[in-house]
Amino acid sequence: MVNFTLNGKAVSVDAAADKPLLWALREELALTGTKFGCGVAQCGACTVHIDGQPTRSCVLPLAALEGKQVTTIEGLMQTDMGKALESAWVDEQVAQCGYCQSGQLMSAAGLLETAKGPLTREEVLEGMSGNICRCGTYNQIVAAVVGAQKSIAQEGS
Amino acid sequence: MTLQSISRRTFLVGGGATVVGVMVGGLGISNLALAAQEVASSAEAASNGFSPVAWVSIAADNTTTIYSPGAEMGQGTMTAIPSIFAEDMELDWSMVKVEKSPNDSKLFGNPGFGGGMVTGSSRTVVGYYEVMRLAGLQAKLVLVDVAAQAWGVPAAEIKAENSVLRHAASNRQMTYGEASAQAKAPDELPKVDKGMLKPMSEFKIIGKDITRVDVASKSNGTAQFGLDFRLPGMVWASVLQAPVQGETPESVDDAEAKAVTGVSRVVKLKHGVAVVADSFATARKARDLLKVDWSKTAKARGYDSDAAMKDYVARAEQLDDAGDVWDKHGDAAGAIKGATRTFQASYTTAHVAQCTMEPMNCTARVQGDKVEIWVPSQSASFVIGTAAAVGGFKPENITVHTTLLGGGYGRRVEADFAVEAVLLAKALPGVPVQVIWTREDDFLRSRSRPLTAQHLVAGVDEQGKIVGWRHRLVSEGIYSRVMAKAYEASGNKDAPVMEGADGVYEIPALLIEHCREERGVDVSFWRAVGAGYTKFALETMIDEIAQGLEKDPLQLRLELTGKTPRAQAVLREAAAMAGWDKARPEGRALGLAFSDTWTSFIAMVVEVSIKDGRPLVHQVWAAVDCGHAIAPINIRAQVEGAALFGLSALLSERLDYKAGEAQQRNFDTYPLLRAHQAPQVEVKVLPTDNAPGGMGEVGLPPMAPAVANAVSRLTGKRIRTLPFPKTI
Repeated sequence: MVNFTLNGKAVSVDAAADKPLLWALREELALTGTKFGCGVAQCGACTVHIDGQPTRSCVLPLAALEGKQVTTIEGLMQTDMGKALESAWVDEQVAQCGYCQSGQLMSAAGLLETAKGPLTREEVLEGMSGNICRCGTYNQIVAAVVGAQKSIAQEGS
Repeated sequence: MTLQSISRRTFLVGGGATVVGVMVGGLGISNLALAAQEVASSAEAASNGFSPVAWVSIAADNTTTIYSPGAEMGQGTMTAIPSIFAEDMELDWSMVKVEKSPNDSKLFGNPGFGGGMVTGSSRTVVGYYEVMRLAGLQAKLVLVDVAAQAWGVPAAEIKAENSVLRHAASNRQMTYGEASAQAKAPDELPKVDKGMLKPMSEFKIIGKDITRVDVASKSNGTAQFGLDFRLPGMVWASVLQAPVQGETPESVDDAEAKAVTGVSRVVKLKHGVAVVADSFATARKARDLLKVDWSKTAKARGYDSDAAMKDYVARAEQLDDAGDVWDKHGDAAGAIKGATRTFQASYTTAHVAQCTMEPMNCTARVQGDKVEIWVPSQSASFVIGTAAAVGGFKPENITVHTTLLGGGYGRRVEADFAVEAVLLAKALPGVPVQVIWTREDDFLRSRSRPLTAQHLVAGVDEQGKIVGWRHRLVSEGIYSRVMAKAYEASGNKDAPVMEGADGVYEIPALLIEHCREERGVDVSFWRAVGAGYTKFALETMIDEIAQGLEKDPLQLRLELTGKTPRAQAVLREAAAMAGWDKARPEGRALGLAFSDTWTSFIAMVVEVSIKDGRPLVHQVWAAVDCGHAIAPINIRAQVEGAALFGLSALLSERLDYKAGEAQQRNFDTYPLLRAHQAPQVEVKVLPTDNAPGGMGEVGLPPMAPAVANAVSRLTGKRIRTLPFPKTI
């Protein structure tokens, strides 16, 4: 039994200690927004936040989660940051097949959290380079991240 | 196209496999299956031979549901096809909802595929375009007649616009919803034909940047892909795949696998061993504990891609070895013999994998003699055929639900990944089984783009005009395997393999041949398939000829397309966008390429420098004419995405085989293009008054040759391999 906080609520998961968080989310916890892409932390489709840090859940065993704060795409979308990103993603019509976009949104949220000022195109591309998009939506992601950052700055001012 | 009434509330046009229908009436439902049941039961008594066909249903509140036939994999088909229908029905797009149609090919099959439920080859808009426009127009006319009768005025006086019918003289109006609530099928339905369709200048939805209907759920994690499908009591399976195609498990030691908590079954299949468990993670873990002895008899064991490439090149260069003729006019060999100057070169392209981000998966449940399948597939028709063949189900007992696809790129035209789910579901009656391939399985069971060798020879006369052209391509076939009868009937024309080798360039004598190999490892569709390598060879050869003749590569292409103004327009536009004649910064050069596949025209210019021996693409400009441009914002996205797909491939994608076994198994050894490698991309859409061409693949073919041509300008070296050499 592993106990952690998931999207702000305490949860207990009764599964094998070596079960990757990705599959506990998708199976025991019925949260399918986090995706399986490669299983070896290469593609970023499974990105979640552990104590606020973007982390690949496909290689993260449940045993490592005791007492941690886990945020998934479902949790992110309840936040102002998530809503700003969602809105920017729609405005820029980012998604094509859409499968990688949960992970892209999670990484984008992490990037915006740590940004020291307005992000340039190059900074966004560099910051998002851990997430593969096979459809090639990288330029639209840049536009959406920059757009979300602006809208958050306006809300805050 | 003729019309016939089929019931009080439904109408049908068309004939044969291509049937177009419209359903009106106050059903107020949004689920076609329910609608079909209701209509069927009410109609059974009244009419015989009834077929519940519907593209659209209109609720009393005027919301309109359009049933979209294509598989949505990011190309925007769930927006494009309904928008075409909505254009001629004069719908208020803001009132439109879209649902995936059932996979009933008799009702919804693609005319572009002989009525099959297939989404591929950039043929969905192309195949359904006229059909959807006529159906939309007919639906509008039916409602106009309803209003005309209700008001006692001539139909010609009624104007339909934005889902509302108006009679100006009497200042009356009713919504489509109100009209459909009182609709009764007249004996004579309004006739429609192509001549009645409105001209491009009157389009209100086609050509406008409408929002894609699938984007909202894909921007917040709620979109449901095949992998996300759940049923109560569902179990998961992972399959230990035969390492080489064609091998079978001879003996299986499953003691350790079965000892894993949560494992319920181990099932020996023809090409692998499946572990069934209460969790995919468990099934995968247990699968890796299986000890299996495999047969060692498969033909594929002899396949080594490096060795095959050497053989292919030798065969490609053997000009007297006759291949299957893909295209021919004039006496190419004679023209080349009599030429003043000849150019020749050989090109090689490695296997490449599709790498959909959603791994292959399929969910199936068997109840009695029926099987129900939920699958992210580009071809429900192939899934049905496969389930019938391997599971022994009658086609009418197979129901396929197409989920959203986390990428397709041709991989999901195949139905091989549905086999295991069908067989396991059969072994576990009543229990839904979801089979998921790992990324490693996806590479191991790859159906890659064919490995090719190409040899091109061009003859040029004294005036610098290309007079003869030979293009020989050696590869495995695709249609020869998946559509063997049609392939043979066509005279061995393997369209996906050879597409792009022909084109609009005016060359008086030409011979294009395919020399087919069969070495035991299946190859398949990939984004742009053949055009990804044929245009690479053709467009770099054109550039090489221009260089040899000291001609501007743009000028040579304009000379070769004198009879095709659409080609010249995109060439001129892309050149203007890039500033083709302007000097570039030190260390940078432009490269140009052109493509005319899928009846769309594209010219692309790239700006490239060399960094650490690798090409670095800074900017891409593309001008594209696909005729009636359904949704320009989506066309731009498709061109850009396909261009980046092509860039990924030319930079580093290659799948090698040794002794029949795929050598790369994940993204650490098969790197895909990442964000920091993405150039800026500018796409201009040049709509013309022509039937729409395909768009999902058009941006890919010009990418590799454009970059290769730029590299040649920078370094003087010609690139003739895909992927490009590790260092230039």
